[in-house]
Order: sequence, then C-alpha cells, then structure tokens
Amino acid sequence: MSPREIAVFIASAMVFCALAFLPVLDQGYWLAIGVSIASFVALATAWTLFSGPTHYVSLASAAFFGVGAYVMAGLVDVLPWAALLLIAPLVGAALAAVVGLATLRLSGIYFVVFTLGLAELIRQLVTWFQTNFTTGVGLYVFTDITQPQIFRQLLVLCAAIYLVGWLINRSRLGFAMRIIGNDELVAAHCGIDNARAKIILFMISGAFMATVGAVMAPRWVYIEPAIAFNPLISFQVVIMALLGGTRRLWGPLVGVIPFTFLFEAISAEFPNHTSLLIGLAFLLIVYLIPNGVTGLIETLWARGRRLGRAEE
Amino acid sequence: MFADIIVTSVLLGGTYVLIALGLTMQYGVARIMNLATGETLVAAAFATFWLFTGFSVSPLVGLVVILPTAFTVNWLIYRILLTPLVRRAKNPGMLEVDSILATFGLLFVFEGLMLASFGGDYYNYSYLASPFEIFGQPFGLNRIVAFCAAAVIAALLYLGLYWTRYGTAIRAVAVDVVAAELVAIDVRKASALAFAVGGALTAAGGTLLSMFLTFDATIGIVFTMKALIIVIMGGVGDVRGAVIAALILAFAETMVATFVDPGLTLAATYLLFVLTLIFRPRGLFGRGA
Repeated sequence: MSPREIAVFIASAMVFCALAFLPVLDQGYWLAIGVSIASFVALATAWTLFSGPTHYVSLASAAFFGVGAYVMAGLVDVLPWAALLLIAPLVGAALAAVVGLATLRLSGIYFVVFTLGLAELIRQLVTWFQTNFTTGVGLYVFTDITQPQIFRQLLVLCAAIYLVGWLINRSRLGFAMRIIGNDELVAAHCGIDNARAKIILFMISGAFMATVGAVMAPRWVYIEPAIAFNPLISFQVVIMALLGGTRRLWGPLVGVIPFTFLFEAISAEFPNHTSLLIGLAFLLIVYLIPNGVTGLIETLWARGRRLGRAEE
Repeated sequence: MFADIIVTSVLLGGTYVLIALGLTMQYGVARIMNLATGETLVAAAFATFWLFTGFSVSPLVGLVVILPTAFTVNWLIYRILLTPLVRRAKNPGMLEVDSILATFGLLFVFEGLMLASFGGDYYNYSYLASPFEIFGQPFGLNRIVAFCAAAVIAALLYLGLYWTRYGTAIRAVAVDVVAAELVAIDVRKASALAFAVGGALTAAGGTLLSMFLTFDATIGIVFTMKALIIVIMGGVGDVRGAVIAALILAFAETMVATFVDPGLTLAATYLLFVLTLIFRPRGLFGRGA
C-alpha cells in the first residue's frame, strides 16, 4: 500500500466513525434520510462494481433487494438474525448466478431485457406462492432492531463494499474486468474467460444488494411483495450511480446524496410527479453528463491543467 | 376447450404481432432499443379512449388520427433526440447503452405526463362488446375486429416493405448499415422512417388493445417486456419470426392463465425467453448460436 492509500484509509475510517454518531444527534428526519442515503450508497456502489467495468445496465437491483428482504422477513422467527445476514447474500449470489448463466454468455442486450422484468417476475412468483401455499400475501417482521442500529449496520455494509471493491480492483479479476471493459475480443485472446469473470462479479454485486435488503427489512414492520420488489428501486439505483459516475469506486456516492434529497422533496411535495423526475434525470445524464459528475470534474480538471501548462 | 384456447390466443396474438413488428422496425432497422415502446402503446390507448368517450369517434376511425400523429411524434423523437446519440456513438455497444438510457428517460417522462393528465386509475370503454360465435364458442366481437384490423395493418406493412423502394431500402439497412450506404441508401433517412413506422405500428397495437383490455398509465412496461421477448425470440429484424413468436407467446400466456393462474403470465413469458436464450439465442429462424 502506498502512503496515499494509507492516508485515504485512515481518513475514510474516521469519516465512517464520525457518521456512526449521527443517530445521537437526531432521531427524526436526518436519521431517516441517513438510512435512505446509506442504503442507496450500498446499492449503487454494489451496482457499479458490476456495471461500471462491463457497461451492462443492470435493472436487477430491486430483485436482489427484495429477495434479501424476503429472506429476513420470512425466516426471522425461525433462524437467528446473524445467520440470516449470511443466508441473504448466498441467495442473492445464487440468483445472480442463474441470471448470469442465462444471459451473460450472450450480448449485453439480453441481459438488460432479462433484468428489466426480473423483479416483477419474482414478485409474481412470491405472490402466487403466498396466496396458494401460505396464510396471506404479507409478512410481519417483528424484531427489536431500531432505526439507529439499521443505520450503523448499513454503514458497516458500505465500508465492506468499498473494501471489497478496492480489493477487486487490485485482484486478477479486476484486471481482467478492465480488459473486458475496453475490448471483449482482446480479453478473450488474452485467455480470459469473459463470461466466467462477468458472472463472478455479478454474483458479488448481487450478494451485497441482497444483504442491503436483509438489513433494511426490519425497518418495515409489514412486508408484502409490492413493497419489497418495487421496480422503482432499480431505476433509482441506475440514475444515482450514473449521475455520480461509475469510473471511480466513490463515484455513486456523489450521485446518491443530491438525488436522495431531491427525490424525497419531490415525493413529499408532488407525489404524482416522481416518474417525471426519474425520466428527466435519465435524459439529463444521457445528454449532458454521460460520464457522471465525477467524470465531468475530471475532464474539467484535466482541461484546467492543460490550460495552466499552456500558459507557462 | 382446446379450440377455445387456440382461438383466444390467435386473437390476442394478432395485436401482439403489431407491437412486436413496431419494435422490430425500431430495433432491427434503426438500431434503437426503444424501451418506451409500451408507453407509446398506452398513449395510443388513452388517445383512443379520449376520442371515443369525448367525441364518439370509433376506435377504427380514430386510427386515422392516431397513426399519423404517432408517425410524426416518433419521427421527431428520432431526428431530435436520437440522431445526436447515433452521431456520437463510437461503436454499436455505446449506441445501445445510450439509447437504452435515453428511452428509459422517455418511458418515465411519458408515464409521468399520462399520470398527470389521467391519474392512476384503470380505464376501459365498451365498444362492440357483443358475443360472436366461432366453433360454437362465444368470443367478444371487439377482439375479432381488433384481430382483423391488425391483420390488415400487418399485410399493408408487408406490401410496403417488399413492394416499394422505401421498403427495400429499409430492409437493406436492417441487413447491413455499411453495405446499404455503399449502394447509395440514405441510412439516416431510412432509419428515421423505420423508427416512425415502428412507432405508428405500436400505436395501432395500443388502439386495438384498448378495445378489449383495461389499461392504466403504468401498464406500458408489461407490453415492453412482451414486445422485447417476442423480438428476441423471433430474431432481431426478422418479420416472419416476430409473427410466429407473437403467436407462441399469446398461446403460452393463454395456457398459463387458463390452467395455472392469471397472475403468472409473466412467468410464462420468461420461461419462453429462457428457452430461447438457451437453445436459439439468434431467434427461431436464426442460424446457429
């Protein structure tokens, strides 16, 4: 590790510790929005782990999130909470493996189409299963986990995602993904098993998203398929990640914070206009900031330095 | 019972064919994966509803207004919103990602506008809702009229594609963009035309569906999924494949809705999709994998 990396590590650790004290300061609006932001940072960063290097637009976030939430809600009376936090990522990874095996061997468009309806498909299956084989569609989640605890759990999860993302970048898998992202044909000629590398990365990403769902489940006392598998989550995650930029691990963070505040404000003031907001955000990203805010800053920074050098 | 299912699925498949042909024109020729296709359909359904209840214009007459409008709007979308993306794309992969994100934007903007003007309620209207007997079984007359109208429109498209110079140009672009340019076809013009025709076909599908289905502002995505899976199953750019795939999908949905559960139609769609991906990823009539 270089001295710069050590400095970043220490600084990030301090920021995370400082954030853990947020619930002490406020238990109302700020804690609620803190939980929202932390959960979306975790989701969007996990999304970027896979979609950043591959450029595959995954819309499976809501499916992973919902599966994780359902593992927690369905089994919390049977198994200890800590065990469920281990089962949720395994289920998420298994789902990612199935989707990956079906689509990631082929071109990107099949993957997008498959993930587009995935949350809705699982929602239909869960609803059908619950109405036919169990007592009702909803599930009650009775735990003694409080909102401050959820917030701190999400912080730990975010830290874990950043750490794993950093380790992937240093690993053979990360190196392989950079080559695949630049040119799949070259990657194949280097002896990289493209499909295998993509599937592994998608499984890691899916495992983290399912864990977010499991951690968030106790926040609602009552869970039903329409809440857990809300397709809007997938689109919000894509917007936040692309808005921030997917080239850096911390890029999504830059998109999550402003978009969460904006979305909360719009859904409180004009609840019927959230679709319009999401649509305009997509158009803004495509036409004005295709590389996200961090990409924009980097471009401006590079241009500024070039100008500075020209003046010398 | 079995004849009943066959007739129901063929009648439903007729309208699916139009939606799938619309997407085939847009993705197969103009190379734009239009994920807002379902919203075009729902917008046409709302327009039909508005014309029928407000001005007593019958849906089939309404097509005279709706088709040119959809054609123009889609032509403008291609020229104004999508041409910049086509120009800036360095490779087909970039265009695919950009067009997916841009049409997601359109999807939500259209949905937002429809929610703002019609709200989140379910809509339907009663048009030709009298029984008509086929093989001794009663079927809604509106479904049969919708099927016949869809067949006529599909036949017109076929004539246009195979018997006119414009149609030949469009088919050439579908096969190979570079080769089409080499034989002096204006690819951008042909793509814009194909995109606009695709939008008009989707709108026609929406008008016909609204005659017998209940719809709401957010249902578009369901039809987008169906159209996408039909197009992939039929083979991208393959008109004949799309027709057969649409009928297969309608049959699978009717079977599942009759024998298992109407809430599981999407599962039937996915099952077909997964089978296609595993066994025929290039489509029903595609060569090899």
